[in-house]
Amino acid sequence: MGYSCVVLVKQVPDTKRITGQAMNDDGTVNRAALPTIFNPEDLYALEMALDIRDRFGGTVAVVTMGPPAACEVLRESFYRGADRCVLITDRKAAASDTLATSYILSCAVRKIGRSDVVLCGRQAIDGDTAQVGPQLAEKLGIPQITCVQELHVLNGQTIRVTRNIGNGFELVECRLPVLLTVLDGAPMPRPSAGRRMMKYKKARARVEVEMDLAARMPDADQATRSAQVQTQMAVLAEKNLQIEQWTLADIGADLTWCGREGSPTKVHRIQSIVLTGKGHKSVQATDEAVAGMVEELITDHTIG
Amino acid sequence: MIEVNRQGEVWVFAEQEAAALSEVPLELLGKGRELADKLGVKLAAVLLGDGVKDLASKLIAYGADKVYLAEEPRLGYYQANGYAKVLCDLIHAHKPQICLFGATPIGRDLAPRIASAMKCGLTADCTDLQIGDHELPAGQGKHENLLLQIRPAFGGNIIATIINYDRWPQMATVREGVMPMLQADATRKGDVIDCDVNLNGTELPLKIIESRRTQKKVNLKSARVIVSGGAGVGSRENFKLCWDLANCLGAAVAGSRAAVDLGYIDRDHQVGQTGTTVRPALYIAVGISGAVQHRAGMAESAKIVAINTDKDAPIFGVAHYGIVGDLNVVIPKLIKAIRAGGRIDSNLPTAESGRKTKLGAGSNA
Repeated sequence: MGYSCVVLVKQVPDTKRITGQAMNDDGTVNRAALPTIFNPEDLYALEMALDIRDRFGGTVAVVTMGPPAACEVLRESFYRGADRCVLITDRKAAASDTLATSYILSCAVRKIGRSDVVLCGRQAIDGDTAQVGPQLAEKLGIPQITCVQELHVLNGQTIRVTRNIGNGFELVECRLPVLLTVLDGAPMPRPSAGRRMMKYKKARARVEVEMDLAARMPDADQATRSAQVQTQMAVLAEKNLQIEQWTLADIGADLTWCGREGSPTKVHRIQSIVLTGKGHKSVQATDEAVAGMVEELITDHTIG
Repeated sequence: MIEVNRQGEVWVFAEQEAAALSEVPLELLGKGRELADKLGVKLAAVLLGDGVKDLASKLIAYGADKVYLAEEPRLGYYQANGYAKVLCDLIHAHKPQICLFGATPIGRDLAPRIASAMKCGLTADCTDLQIGDHELPAGQGKHENLLLQIRPAFGGNIIATIINYDRWPQMATVREGVMPMLQADATRKGDVIDCDVNLNGTELPLKIIESRRTQKKVNLKSARVIVSGGAGVGSRENFKLCWDLANCLGAAVAGSRAAVDLGYIDRDHQVGQTGTTVRPALYIAVGISGAVQHRAGMAESAKIVAINTDKDAPIFGVAHYGIVGDLNVVIPKLIKAIRAGGRIDSNLPTAESGRKTKLGAGSNA
């Protein structure tokens, strides 16, 4: 019967490509102006899950929480080999901190059913907190192994992995179920498969179908439109091209632990990085100017 | 979670491995001392392990008023579940208002597990901590003397100050190397409190088969001069220029995360939010744009020289000397000037080769 793997992934703004255009006038970041990507370490987590399925048998389900646009990372998961993809989307989930997020994800993982190995990237590049993995493991009541670099073996009910903890390595064994957070030093993610891409580029979640129909049939009444949605969803389901879509109610989440209310951490202040510039000495790229600077550094005993 | 408890102590998790403390808990005690004094409460270190009792006096010397000591053979090797269980029991029993952890592999593994079990807030990777008030919107009152948890976010493009005013304790992990340690004072007095450990078998699910520690090959922290390259260096070949410059200064070579990701230099050399924090006498930033995550790791350098082709690069905001230009042009000029001892002289007399040695002697990279 193999192992049931659940991978948690996140669509993130590409924080490496923040340019002037991505900043609002007040200095805040304009997320809408940023390209979004599959959180890099989550791709390694997906790869590890696919590897488990390929070597030991089983299934790979991928779950993400986010706005409808996050379906993009789910389609990409299909291209790479995922068996099942789920979008958690709900306005009430907005402004969730890591604690609320891990609570919501734990409800979703439970709804998926039995899971032997839960995987996620070590951290997401928009927050770099690395908190959701361990928090999710605690919520699920299972052990965690963070910073996993290599999966050695799954043997009945036991997993053996290598952790890279920065100043060294640990070879660790644990009984299933377990949660792994995966590092970008783990085996390289496989590329999207061409045939899967051809098939799954048509995969859609209900909200996408609704948005698409609203755009294409602006004048249609509610009943016509929802009938259309039903038809299209039935077609998608038949072809196995459905991205499942769950609300907080669908996963039985208690709203007091979700969104802003469920988040103990609050933002006190956000400062964009406006460099006040104590003012630096501008040095021309000439022999004379550079030598002058070196002389100053020697004079004040910085070097020499 | 615990209720808001204004009399609660400030706690520092005294991370140890193989019965040796790293620098992080000592740094946290330095900051914790400041926070506890401001709040008028006690500062405590929480020490878990096996055969670690002797470390308590060191924690006291570095600022702790108290040490909560939980000794147990099964705590000899760190694992999240067991450590989290013991710490949650202690938090429930003593109700500290603040709990600080190093943002180390252990701290980042442990603190979220505890925060989830306590259903309280946690802020990752803080670069500063302060005590301050938080005004609620529309005159709904204010919360006084909260822990302001300050960290770069969003790829380092913003600085966020996070608070947690109702579901306590206020928890944060803190970057290594950013908080100043106090001078150890062996005459300081403090209490060591033995704590009960209640663990059942299920709280130790991991079996550690093998553990290897690698000595970091590079010691950026103690380097007096650092030459650091970023994505703007352009290639691994160009990066050789950074090594050349470092050689003639006797400096260590470092890189930004972008340079590491591009494979220009090994991860051991990374400076910044996810790398090492450094405070050298001189930091030469070559082709580094200067995202806040990088600056968090080097802005405290005594002197900063920035070399970049983009005159608007944020790195110039923290630099003391800025050179707008191509590194392929600037670095050779710099090397020439250093070899000449700061004089403009393209015909180096042979005696100047002694200069190289002298410059190198000041650093221990």
